[in-house]
Amino acid sequence: MRTILEGSLAVAEAVRLCRPNLVCAYPITPQTHIVEELSRMVADGRLDAGYVLAESEFGAASIVLGGSAVGGRSYTATSSQGLLLMVEVIFNIAGLRLPVVMTCANRAVSAPINIWNDQQDAVSIRDSGWIQLFVEDNQEAVDTHIQAFRIAEELMIPVMVCMDGYVLTHTWEPVDMPEQEEVDRFLPPYDPAYKLDPDDPFTMGEMVGPDAYMETRYHVHMDMMEARAVIRRVCEEYRGVFGRGGTGLIDAYGVDDAEVVLVSMGSLLGTMRAAVDELREEEGLNVGLVKVRCFRPFPKDAIHDAIKDFQTVGVIEKDISLGLEGTLCSEMRAAFCGEDSPEISSFIMGLGGRDITVEEIKQVARDLAQNPACRVEFRGLREDLLNGDEG
Amino acid sequence: MEREEGRIINLMEPGHTGCAGCGQAIGARLVAKAAGPRVIIANATGCLEVYTTTYPRSSWEVPWIHSLFENAAAVAAGMEVTLKAMGRYGDVKIIAQAGDGGTADIGMGCISGMFERGHDILYICYDNEGYMNTGYQRSSLTPPGARTTTSPPGRNSWGNVTRKKNMPLIAVAHGVPYVATATPAEPRDLMRKVRKALEIEGPKYLHLLVPCVPGWGIESELSVEMARLATETFLFPVFEIENGVITRVRRVKERRPVEDYLRPQRRFAHLFRPGGEPVLEELRQIAEENSRLEPGPAVLFGA
Repeated sequence: MRTILEGSLAVAEAVRLCRPNLVCAYPITPQTHIVEELSRMVADGRLDAGYVLAESEFGAASIVLGGSAVGGRSYTATSSQGLLLMVEVIFNIAGLRLPVVMTCANRAVSAPINIWNDQQDAVSIRDSGWIQLFVEDNQEAVDTHIQAFRIAEELMIPVMVCMDGYVLTHTWEPVDMPEQEEVDRFLPPYDPAYKLDPDDPFTMGEMVGPDAYMETRYHVHMDMMEARAVIRRVCEEYRGVFGRGGTGLIDAYGVDDAEVVLVSMGSLLGTMRAAVDELREEEGLNVGLVKVRCFRPFPKDAIHDAIKDFQTVGVIEKDISLGLEGTLCSEMRAAFCGEDSPEISSFIMGLGGRDITVEEIKQVARDLAQNPACRVEFRGLREDLLNGDEG
Repeated sequence: MEREEGRIINLMEPGHTGCAGCGQAIGARLVAKAAGPRVIIANATGCLEVYTTTYPRSSWEVPWIHSLFENAAAVAAGMEVTLKAMGRYGDVKIIAQAGDGGTADIGMGCISGMFERGHDILYICYDNEGYMNTGYQRSSLTPPGARTTTSPPGRNSWGNVTRKKNMPLIAVAHGVPYVATATPAEPRDLMRKVRKALEIEGPKYLHLLVPCVPGWGIESELSVEMARLATETFLFPVFEIENGVITRVRRVKERRPVEDYLRPQRRFAHLFRPGGEPVLEELRQIAEENSRLEPGPAVLFGA
């Protein structure tokens, strides 16, 4: 059913349609509207799930861990500081192979404290063993959450759906909400191979020494590698049922004849599509886009194949590995190990909610067309502040 | 897991790698025995987790999970709510258990949340008065004067300077309907309290004093004796608090001087050197306060 919903409300509705057994979270801006809506659903009987108001994000992550361990479909949502407070549990959930699904409403990380959007939070925990999917708009947020439970439960790997705080969570957009019976057809009840149950006692989370620890990590890694095929297949199946929502690992836009290819994750892709269209029509500059939807597991081959025939690539990202460059940029370069690589430049933009305009993206493309040399640049910095003129 | 019913000796099986005479191992085995097979246990990081589940072996004949050091109460809360939501709760009981560090220090936030929200969980603190698993460091349940590796006596120190954090009263302050203490020196009392707690709806807190052979510096055959002396000297009072009222206090037939408990333990040896008297006096004072505990409304007392 097509309707107009705020991103957070759309996500809450998608989660409800997935029939979770446990919802638990701790409020943090800009995730709050999601959990407020889920609270209303529980209060008025629309959602029949266990619902816990945790004492912290650390507690919330631990509570959904427990719910998943007894075989319940478990969901949480957080952002920024909350995600970082969860980190110890985040790694633990992945190591225990519990298919929790989480929404991360992407937000900058303190200090200085800043409640606005960038993607430093999720990118900073890329090595935790969670699948991380970044969505471009609220329709994709809805579709990806429903896919997330399928992917997580098939692989016994937790999935984090990353959506830009405010830009998506607080924006009202038309979305096509699936019907309950369609979702039920796509997402069967969770039936884990192992769970904590007095009828079949099972020890979970044992101490593993040097004799076997590495093998457990190897298994998780290999299953993460395998996850790329599963994510693709689940997307295709979703498209088969719902007729949309099949972006898979990456998406390419207008790359066939591109002089410059720009790459990013999340809601910025919408702005970038506008910039690319204008450059083609108004300036005759052919710029292509690659959208990275799946950040973990890293779609190395897909990205390699998408950009290998181009000379000039610019990665625009709202995160930075301080002392190096944008993280996505580093990883894209790694996709060309031992091969001739395009010039892949890192553009750090939009940190802490700084607006990124269509014009700024066009300027990145123009500059790369002029000078393809590989570089790291911040864009959109305020010269007055850099020069110490705070006013 | 392949299981032969006739093979089960204990719900926490022997053959684990705990120290000979470990007070916690005795306590945990009694807890599992009293709880029975329809229990799910969330266990914090610590000695108990390490010595009962060193891969690929497990001592547990009941479903058991270890997640992290500080989150056993929260993991248990998630299990309880989810099982109820799925209609699978039935006769299942849930226990969360941790050591004194995992309870009174690093786990405090999750425990407070579990108590406050009223989950139907029995939380058990195995108090050996320090971070024994990591090599005998001080926790907030280490008693005054105790030598630990991070509260060593020295030119300017007589060991730990703080009193034990009063966990039972913290539980009472949350409105926890059943709060009790016990030791492995009295197995029947300990098991009765576990069974009683599991019959009560809501959060329950059971605090067990469990002597640590290497951490306390005692002979392994003395650990049960030390638990007994802790209660007979009133350094560890044994009681039950129901709905905020102390309903039972263990009577001591012949009260023993605190020295009888302290002397056999190397962690207190320095207190018997010249100059240690003020700390001994403080411990006597604590015992005196504890000895006055009697049935009635739970108010701040000793420990």
